[in-house]
Amino acid sequence: MGRALKYSFANLVRQAFAGHQGWPQQWRTPEPKAAYDVLIIGAGGHGLATAYYLAKEHGVNNIAVVEKGWLGGGNTGRNTTVVRSNYLWEASEAIYGHAHRMWETLSQELNYNVMFSPRGNMMLAHSAHEAASFKRHIYANRLAGIPNEWLTPEQAQAVCPILSIDRNARYPICGAMFHRTGGTARHDAVAWGYARAASARGVDILQNCEVKAITRDASGAVTGVETNRGTIKANKIGVVAAGSTSHVMSMASLRMPLESVTLQALVSEPLKPIMPIVCASNAVHAYISQSDKGELVIGAGADSYVSYSQSGGMPVVTATLEAIVELFPIFSRVKMLRNWGGIVDMTPDRSPILSKTPVPGLYVNCGWGTGGFKATPGSGHVFAHLLATGEPNAIAAPFGLDRFRSGALINEATAAAVVH
Amino acid sequence: MLLIRCPYCETERPELEFKYAGEAHLTREPLTATDEQWTDFLFFRDNTRGKYAERWRHAVGCGRYFNAVRDTVSDGFVVTYKAGERRPE
Repeated sequence: MGRALKYSFANLVRQAFAGHQGWPQQWRTPEPKAAYDVLIIGAGGHGLATAYYLAKEHGVNNIAVVEKGWLGGGNTGRNTTVVRSNYLWEASEAIYGHAHRMWETLSQELNYNVMFSPRGNMMLAHSAHEAASFKRHIYANRLAGIPNEWLTPEQAQAVCPILSIDRNARYPICGAMFHRTGGTARHDAVAWGYARAASARGVDILQNCEVKAITRDASGAVTGVETNRGTIKANKIGVVAAGSTSHVMSMASLRMPLESVTLQALVSEPLKPIMPIVCASNAVHAYISQSDKGELVIGAGADSYVSYSQSGGMPVVTATLEAIVELFPIFSRVKMLRNWGGIVDMTPDRSPILSKTPVPGLYVNCGWGTGGFKATPGSGHVFAHLLATGEPNAIAAPFGLDRFRSGALINEATAAAVVH
Repeated sequence: MLLIRCPYCETERPELEFKYAGEAHLTREPLTATDEQWTDFLFFRDNTRGKYAERWRHAVGCGRYFNAVRDTVSDGFVVTYKAGERRPE
């Protein structure tokens, strides 16, 4: 098993003298073994992080992560990279806050630059109603130790000078909620960093390996999976398949409280640095930031209907861009380079599911909906605990499947930065 | 932009005239149902990858609910039919 070569100044110098020919591949590409202790379905950020923390913190050293396509090619590579933790309820603040704290040291943890950039996350209020709702969020967040503050339109413009606060604008702004510790990270680097670190700890990442069936014994417990690369045995399976979760779970005859819909995003041509923060507007459904390459990264809305197409309808992006140019008139002539869709798994209460299932040995981490990227480290960390011990820790416990029967829902439908 | 045929108006209209209303052919449980039955009815969905029966409403047309079978991979409609009719084979 080739361990990863540490990224350090000394190794950089050494490799420079060797013409940079000695850098090893970042992760191994093994053939599937016949059996693993734990098998994770889905090599996105959450699945890879789960494998990494299982290996690092729980001593599990025979793990496979199987992936239908290439690692990080689903929602991990399609999201708009926003990191924040200003959710309303205590359970959400605990899990997103846990993740947010992990982001701060993730580059050091993985020895991989995930380019975490806490540049600030601003949500605009356009009505007295929204202002009241945002202030409630601010007070709730402060009680939980999560920084959040109210800005007047003038203060908001001081933070983001290109924001239009014209009172006669189509969507006039009456204030903003500013989460200073929010920001962005490099989405691909998160998948690559976790893949490299997990692979170095012996995790087998099996790409182009599509699960066709989940096999079970007479008692109903899982015994493994059938894939296009053969049968792989495992008595513990964690499904971390985002938009495809319902499809995978149907292989174990389980229905899920999920609807998969398309969420779209788009990027512009590269510009000089102009957008200093992440700015979102709930009412007009748009959010925008600028990548380090200079592209404006714009999050559009979700299409209303169930879809696995990974390409949404034009009316959604049109509405978003119309709103963006009203809020930021300076962008009215910017050209868009690409748009795409990802399949997000929406729960009824817009909170994730980290849970055992009625099928022994089968666990699920899903339902992150439109906002899973920000939770990647925390999600993997607490799901690894659930897989290793069979029981959720205090952070994961409120997010069980049982909440849909008990009624202990964690309603974050209005707490998301945007309406879904 | 989806083009959707309203089975009442008997015409194809753009997606913007319609509202989506989720999985079709769900039967409301009686008041005597168990918690598990209610949970299933309220929250759990087939969410099928492939042919999926779902409800739509011609919101800015005739205003009526109808059902459709649509392929959720291609987003193409297979058929639309009136509320109360059985799902076509």
